[in-house]
Amino acid sequence: MVSFVLRRLVSLAVSLAVASVVIFFVLEVLPGDPARFMLGLNASPEALAALRSQLGLDAPVLVRFWDWAGGMMHGDFGISYTYRVPVAELIGARLWVSLPLAIYALALAMLIGIPLGALAASGRDTPVDFGTMGLAQVGIALPNFWFAMLLVLLFSVTLRWFSSGGFPGWEDPGAALAALTLPATALALPQAAILARVMRSSLIDTLDEDYVRTARAKGLSRRQALWRHAFRNGLIPVLTIMGLQFSFLLAGAIIIENVFYLPGLGRLAFQAISSRDLIVVRSVVMILVFAVIVVTFLVDIGYAAIDPRLRRTVR
Amino acid sequence: MRQALRIATVLVLAVFSAAPALAQRTDIVVGLVLEPPHLDPTSNAAAAIDEVVYANVFEGLTRFAPDGQIVPGLAESWDVSEDGLVYTFHIAQGVTFHDDSTLTAEDVVFSLDRARGEDSVNAQKFLFDDIESVEASDESTVVVTLARPNGNFPFNMAWGDAVIVAPESADTNTTNPIGTGPFRFESWRQGDSVTLVRNEDYWGEAALLERATFRFISDPTAAFAAMMAEDVDAFPVFPAPETLIQLQSDPRFEVVVGTTEGETILAMNNRREPLDNALVREAIAHAIDRQAVIDGAMFGYGTPIGTHFAPHHPAYVDLTELSAYDPERSRELLAEAGGDDLRLSLALPPPVYARRGGEIIAAQLRAVGIETEIVNVEWAQWLEQVFGNGDFDLTVISHTEPLDIEIYGREDYYFGYGAPEFQEIWDELNRTADPEARNALLGDLQRNISENFVNAYIFQLAKAGVERVELEGLWVNAPTQATDLTKVHWVQ
Repeated sequence: MVSFVLRRLVSLAVSLAVASVVIFFVLEVLPGDPARFMLGLNASPEALAALRSQLGLDAPVLVRFWDWAGGMMHGDFGISYTYRVPVAELIGARLWVSLPLAIYALALAMLIGIPLGALAASGRDTPVDFGTMGLAQVGIALPNFWFAMLLVLLFSVTLRWFSSGGFPGWEDPGAALAALTLPATALALPQAAILARVMRSSLIDTLDEDYVRTARAKGLSRRQALWRHAFRNGLIPVLTIMGLQFSFLLAGAIIIENVFYLPGLGRLAFQAISSRDLIVVRSVVMILVFAVIVVTFLVDIGYAAIDPRLRRTVR
Repeated sequence: MRQALRIATVLVLAVFSAAPALAQRTDIVVGLVLEPPHLDPTSNAAAAIDEVVYANVFEGLTRFAPDGQIVPGLAESWDVSEDGLVYTFHIAQGVTFHDDSTLTAEDVVFSLDRARGEDSVNAQKFLFDDIESVEASDESTVVVTLARPNGNFPFNMAWGDAVIVAPESADTNTTNPIGTGPFRFESWRQGDSVTLVRNEDYWGEAALLERATFRFISDPTAAFAAMMAEDVDAFPVFPAPETLIQLQSDPRFEVVVGTTEGETILAMNNRREPLDNALVREAIAHAIDRQAVIDGAMFGYGTPIGTHFAPHHPAYVDLTELSAYDPERSRELLAEAGGDDLRLSLALPPPVYARRGGEIIAAQLRAVGIETEIVNVEWAQWLEQVFGNGDFDLTVISHTEPLDIEIYGREDYYFGYGAPEFQEIWDELNRTADPEARNALLGDLQRNISENFVNAYIFQLAKAGVERVELEGLWVNAPTQATDLTKVHWVQ
């Protein structure tokens, strides 16, 4: 197990190193000078040159790459061109919104999707099944920003239960959770629909397995066999999907963060791209790559926890 | 959708009208589309910085009044020498910065020297170009000597880029702005909001509000929801003009339409064939139906212009007739110029006036036989490619700096005009102090660029905002990009 973890850590480091090279040089070819962006239409050439040297933009490419990549190794992401504060600070603050939002949305998606999928599987080909899967179909088809707008219209504009957006900070956890509720719901609904469908088909597949048939032969009802034996195994494909979803929720909440004007990572990346704050863009992308790699790792561990057979092969 | 909104509005109204009269409010939440990158107006061109701190946190020697006039700021008064070269500013007494240090003439000298210094990153460094020396003759008097007369100097000193800062705090103003204004900075929740509180030790007339929060909402739908849900009290520049009619019919809100300093133009590359031919440029100008662009792209908000000048300015000359919509004339001119089968590129930056307006202009040009290839560019890309390298044929852009007709005198400016006749008038303007004579010269400048069809002048951007009806004191027009809260208050 120790060597397994070590091997994983080495491959993680290699992935990150490769990613940092690709990210840096891909963004390097983008047109757009950050100094020009900051100083606008009336800037004199001298002011531009002064700002470029202040930002370290006049250094050779390799030197800038090394400053950035080397700094990251000890947690220093550099100074944002536009915001003039350490990038690590910016990203840290935004993670405190995006991470809880993604976790909240994923928890909601699980709470809604998994029971619904199991319900549909246990009542296969009954009106319950058709009803749930029909709803799931709608949930997948409708974009989540549209859900988001409907939620705002109903719960903020009409009922006034929640504010229409913004984030009050974690000093008041209740208010913070309230502010994240509508965005998390909007993000969760399509994900829940996907989870429900995957859960249903995975359970139905599992129900055809030998061990379920054995369980039935021992006298368990179809429903008992499903909950006692098939459910755990049926969760494995669901877990894979959830791993993918979490990365998606973390990185892909840009639109939702805009609809609810939440100060999250997605919105930071969006602002940074449009203002050519490349050092922020690079660092955000690195953080997302890191998150995806870590989540994949955790999902692997999760497989092993659910299915002892996988644990043996892992060892 | 619309029906649902209407029902929602009625429900909200029912709840609202049943509520008892509220006590007088002393706080405000203002919605802004863009978040400032940082809060130091002297080292970035972003208008979003001035929208938060101008006149609220930072003050300059002079300032813009709501009607665009230049009025005293930290300088109670100033004298100009007869030759127009020496400005003597008399600084107000008892002014303190928000860190309780006293404002002295030395702070003014520091601020102006810093802005014009060699390693200055001031985005409008040209404002200080004419200064030869700045000296403090005593505690409260600053003498500025110019290298050449500049009648615009008090105007230049009113810009947000010319605010007075203290040496101790100049470097940290980006995150902790220390000014002399009626509000002091309290907190900035990055990505969400900036909060200001009243400066109880303000040297002048105290602000009427105790607390002001600026929230940053760029999404039009979110902005509309935030107004309707009463999460925001005012949105001085509302990003969803299509919903203004609906907001106007809501008794809770007032829609305020004013003008800005934003001349929206179809800029033409005067250096490049075939646009170096004035006949071709004239043909393009006549091909554009301004009102159709305003209606189609801006929901009717905007004032047609015929030159690069704000219609609300006293020196404005209406020259729209000179380039009136006349597709017939346009075709004739093109034939005369030998420009059949013209194909031009049209670069469009992200703002809606450019993207939507550009599509309409392209269709109008096609109608007279000019094909355009539309290239959508990002803002940073526009700055580099079009503005920086002058690599374009046509582009749609709004020039939002006040009184920026001066750019036509610059030879290396991206559309490449810089005619000597223009420069002569401009120099004469700088030697002139008499307001009437200045206005006449400004008129000549406007005529010069219109008659040469340097660019096609489309419309002045409107400032269309929404605010609660109980709010008073916000600017109607935008002589500079600011959200001046000094006079804002609630009425019952």
